[in-house]
Amino acid sequence: MASYDRPRDLGAALARRAAGPCVVLAGGTDHYPARVGALRDEDILDIGAIPELRGIQAVGDSWRIGATTTWSQVATASLPPAFDGLKLAAREIGGVQIQNRGTIGGNLCNASPAADGVPALLALDASVELATLGDTRHLPLADFILGNRKTRLGADQLLTAIIVPRAGATARGTFLKLGSRRYLVISIAMVAAMIETGAGGTIATVRIAVGACSPVARRLPLLEAALAGRRLERGIGATVRPDHLAALAPIDDVRGTAAYRQEAACELVARALETLAA
Amino acid sequence: MIRLAVNGRDVAVAGPPAARLADVLRDQLGLMGTKIGCDAGDCGACTVLLDGAQVCACLVPIAQAEGASITTVEGLAANGTLATLQVAFERHGAAQCGICTPGMLMAASALLAVDPHPSKHAVADALGGVLCRCTGYQKIVEAVLHAASDIGLSAPAAGVAVGAAMPRVDGTAKVTGAEVFGGDAGPPAALWLRAVRSPHWRATFHIGDLVGLHRRHPGLVRVLTARDVPGHNSFGIYPHIKDQPVLADGHVRFRGEAVAALVGDRATIAAIRDEDMPITWKPEDPLHDPAAALAEGAPLLHADRPGNVLTRGRVARGDLVAAFAGAHALAEVSVRTTFVEHAYIEPEAGWARRVGDRIEVAACTQTPYMDRDEVARVLGLAPEAVRIIPTGIGGGFGGKLDVAVQPLIAVAAWVLDRPVRCTFTRPESMAATTKRHPASITARAAVDTLGRLTGFDFHGDFNTGAYASWGPTVADRVPIHATGPYVVGAVRATSRAIYTNLTPAGAFRGFGVPQAAVAHEALMDDLAAKLGQDALEFRLENALRVGDPTATGQRLSHSCGLAACLEALRPRWRALRSEAERSNRADGAIRYGVGVGCMWYGCGNTSMSNPSTMRVGLARDGRLTLYSGAVDIGQGSNTVLVQIVADALGVAASAFTLVAGDTDRTADAGKTSASRQTFVSGRAAELAGRDLRAKLLRLANAGDDADLAIDGGTVRVRDHAGSRHVDLSGMTADANGDVLTGEGRFDPPTTKLDGDGQGSPYATYAFAAQLAAVAVDVKLGTVRVERMVAAHDVGRAINPMLVEGQIHGGIAQGLGFALMEEFVPGKTENLHDYLIPTFGDMPAIESILIEDREPLGPYGAKGIGEPALIATAPAILGAIHHATGVRVTELPALPHRLRAALKAAGWA
Ligand SMILES: Cc1cc2nc3c(=O)[nH]c(=O)nc-3n(C[C@H](O)[C@H](O)[C@H](O)COP(=O)(O)OP(=O)(O)OC[C@H]3O[C@@H](n4cnc5c(N)ncnc54)[C@H](O)[C@@H]3O)c2cc1C
Ligand code: FES
Ligand code: FES
Repeated sequence: MASYDRPRDLGAALARRAAGPCVVLAGGTDHYPARVGALRDEDILDIGAIPELRGIQAVGDSWRIGATTTWSQVATASLPPAFDGLKLAAREIGGVQIQNRGTIGGNLCNASPAADGVPALLALDASVELATLGDTRHLPLADFILGNRKTRLGADQLLTAIIVPRAGATARGTFLKLGSRRYLVISIAMVAAMIETGAGGTIATVRIAVGACSPVARRLPLLEAALAGRRLERGIGATVRPDHLAALAPIDDVRGTAAYRQEAACELVARALETLAA
Repeated sequence: MIRLAVNGRDVAVAGPPAARLADVLRDQLGLMGTKIGCDAGDCGACTVLLDGAQVCACLVPIAQAEGASITTVEGLAANGTLATLQVAFERHGAAQCGICTPGMLMAASALLAVDPHPSKHAVADALGGVLCRCTGYQKIVEAVLHAASDIGLSAPAAGVAVGAAMPRVDGTAKVTGAEVFGGDAGPPAALWLRAVRSPHWRATFHIGDLVGLHRRHPGLVRVLTARDVPGHNSFGIYPHIKDQPVLADGHVRFRGEAVAALVGDRATIAAIRDEDMPITWKPEDPLHDPAAALAEGAPLLHADRPGNVLTRGRVARGDLVAAFAGAHALAEVSVRTTFVEHAYIEPEAGWARRVGDRIEVAACTQTPYMDRDEVARVLGLAPEAVRIIPTGIGGGFGGKLDVAVQPLIAVAAWVLDRPVRCTFTRPESMAATTKRHPASITARAAVDTLGRLTGFDFHGDFNTGAYASWGPTVADRVPIHATGPYVVGAVRATSRAIYTNLTPAGAFRGFGVPQAAVAHEALMDDLAAKLGQDALEFRLENALRVGDPTATGQRLSHSCGLAACLEALRPRWRALRSEAERSNRADGAIRYGVGVGCMWYGCGNTSMSNPSTMRVGLARDGRLTLYSGAVDIGQGSNTVLVQIVADALGVAASAFTLVAGDTDRTADAGKTSASRQTFVSGRAAELAGRDLRAKLLRLANAGDDADLAIDGGTVRVRDHAGSRHVDLSGMTADANGDVLTGEGRFDPPTTKLDGDGQGSPYATYAFAAQLAAVAVDVKLGTVRVERMVAAHDVGRAINPMLVEGQIHGGIAQGLGFALMEEFVPGKTENLHDYLIPTFGDMPAIESILIEDREPLGPYGAKGIGEPALIATAPAILGAIHHATGVRVTELPALPHRLRAALKAAGWA
């Protein structure tokens, strides 16, 4: 008989992780769709009842988003405008039913190339907090997700939180998602951008990330470099050149061709910049 | 035990903590109102409230509901009084088949609890996670917006039911969750069946020794294979083409074909994976492309079908060579479309049990009598030994015109003499059941100097997949309709249905005509442009009118309302076109356009007898029953038939109860397809009502203008000569308890077609014209349909609300067909890779009903079911062309396709 543990505190959950292999279940919105037809005979660790894993707090010079914070909670949290991109992403994840259950940590651990949370968090320079019994470490998000459905999560670890460094007062974020229909759609491509301006409205910090165009969403360092120091104003989108997106490696699938994705990503990036300049 | 509160009641449930909340609600608590359409979060049919928040119950482990308060659809009505939201759903016609309705209601209640007067946008956002395949969403939005206004339901008085927008007669069960769909019930102690399906597109196989499997799975009662089928191991729509096995016999022709059936307890058969079966496969190279299937020397899918051609269709008339030689202008087009999935929210489901020497099969179906004959053949029984009891049906659209679970569960129940249930999973439903035919069409048309259509040359190849299903119907229907609803001098229209090793293509709303309409409407746009004429006026000048010959040489004597449709659209056309052109003067990535599409559609079977018989009974206590063999698949035939029979008899519609579909209790009304139930069964219902009326009047010796009033066991008849009573209480009752019955039968008059396809294939045709206004993002290749205006000649709108519901739902499917729906066999077998329109994709729809009476139809009515969808894609594609100059000919116009076409046309 398969076991099912639903501990109320993190210590117990980590002890269960340490005790042997188990499948972690948070909101279940990726877990169950992978089990249509029949449930598997598997040992489950349900982390949904652990209060310390849920909620968003300002801690020192960063924000801490608990791993089981749902997308609805992200969307309605009161957060500075740097998080606007993450909030837009939250509202685009499935329908309200999915947002009410699906968690931010689950989105990262599931590591789908089309996970909307990933580019939004890359643009926020997020790192993940990984805990084992007796140890907690931090890893930049870009280092945590290794590929399609592959992460650095150890069999004895849990992702406990996402840590976002506080940005300056001028920081603004945005997020654009492209799909073939309005609701409940897996992204063909999506773009997240965060810009902080300095004196005279010049771009002081900029982070732009594109999802669904490579096995893991990627930042665009060439473009970021090209933008740094420019004035954030109407027309800024024209800075974007196709070779700024050379790091992407999109594929053909039922949702779109690789060539289309590459080109659409370029257009979306330009639009995201215009949105931030408006 | 896990404790939770469900609809205010504390309950404790057993079972694995990982069990889905949806399964626990249904199987342990018996709350069947929570529907399962996908088990994957994609459809929202299972939406319930968990501590007030909407969630997909198929994604919540019951452990996470511990201590929570759950509200299901059964909890909405307080003490039997419907919530105002539920009443609003009924009043606005927001539930058609009703399978999505519980989910919609729950999502809406979560919204209304925090926002009692929401905006349209807020409604779409809140309900956007629930899919509906029937309604096109507009009436659902209206119902939610008006949920607060507490107006009850009203029913029309005697004699004025026809033409009234009355709520559905079967609507209440749909909003309470009480409607019993295919998967919602079954005999106690039923075994479950699961089909093992081929992972290969073409292969031979051998099933080895099953002893080990049985030993490992004690709950496995039996593994059925081809050998176990007691009668013929084959089925198919046409009596002479029974080419599909119930269980494949050593050879499979598509991936998803059933090769064995596991029968046992539910958990056991679910736990056995297909890979666990001792089957040795020898895969062979499949034929996927029709061109490969047609190639010289290609292996045959079916030995008796040379060249892998299932069938051909042909219509020819006039001197085509002369028409093209003397043409003033010409247009040509090639169109390619893909498989399209019905995506009804209810996967196929049902149960069967053996009752002595008879078998009963209850399943969701569009055609009980055809199912009866099919099951009889498979079991080797007489048709009378089979009883089909249609369950509620959560959407059909043609997909439930073929048997699916029926032969499997019938064989199992018969062989094992135990009741057997089966519910397809979503991926199984999508992999194993029929699709719309992919089409490859080339067409050209010619006009003379006066702008009249003089020649039309059309060929369509239709990929029918591995089995015939309704392929012949498509191949026959398409050439007849290929020209579109226009007068054309000379015509040649041919078609082929070609076998390939792919998912079988069958019946889907329109039987190939929607694909053909894309071609003929592209030609109309192009010819109008070449002549420098307005696209709508050009169509109007060439529109079929009473007395004109069709491509088959038929001259319509009545009810030919295309011109009226176009004239009704004209002011909107002009206004929307100039508005779009004005908007396009500004630069930007968004370009606006407006297109028009026309269609026609023959109601009923092609050149074939397709009668319907309706009966109405009057019981000793005055109760009226309509015995209708017509299955209401959500389109509303139950309601329409009651409206008709009520007026024909002369009593109020509310006086009737309905016995529908059961082959033991109703007469054959034919299938619910080909837009025939209102027209054919409606006429039969009118005749049945009149027959009963005549009997009553005779008993009362009253004239035809008399008024009837039924009051318990007494019928009061009043005419100019005074008032009399007919006393029912002393009369003898039949087996149904009826003392008087009326019967009506109608078979629409058609003729056989000759070798050139000449004749009168249909008794009447529906006509329509639709406008689409779109916004195209030329940089991304995305299209937003902003508005549709639909003018439909329905003969007579028996129930305008239901007609509008058909138009909205048809437009949603037409929009999906044009822009997003592409079933890729083996790849898009779920509702997140296969996309159908959501709340946010639907435009505002204006409907204009044209009533050009059809004298054969009941009160002048004809069909609307399929016509609603056919003009939509052409109108949208025409609008994209108007916006950008690009003609999309490969459907669907997914963003990557449209963007490639835009680039090829020079858009930056
Ligand atoms: C209909 C539908 C639509 C969707 N639409 C979108 C969309 O538009 N965009 C999008 O990005 N996603 C979408 N998703 C996917 C999904 O909802 C999200 O990825 C969600 O954030 C997953 O969170 P969860 O808590 O439900 O994950 P779960 O299903 O509980 O878990 C997902 C995976 O992560 C692991 N895991 C979860 N939490 C932890 C943890 N803290 N530590 C270690 N391992 C963990 C689990 O073991 C599992 O492998 C959709 C899903 C559905 C069903
Ligand atoms: S059944 Fe739960 S979303 Fe479809
Ligand atoms: S009424 Fe919505 S799916 Fe049928």
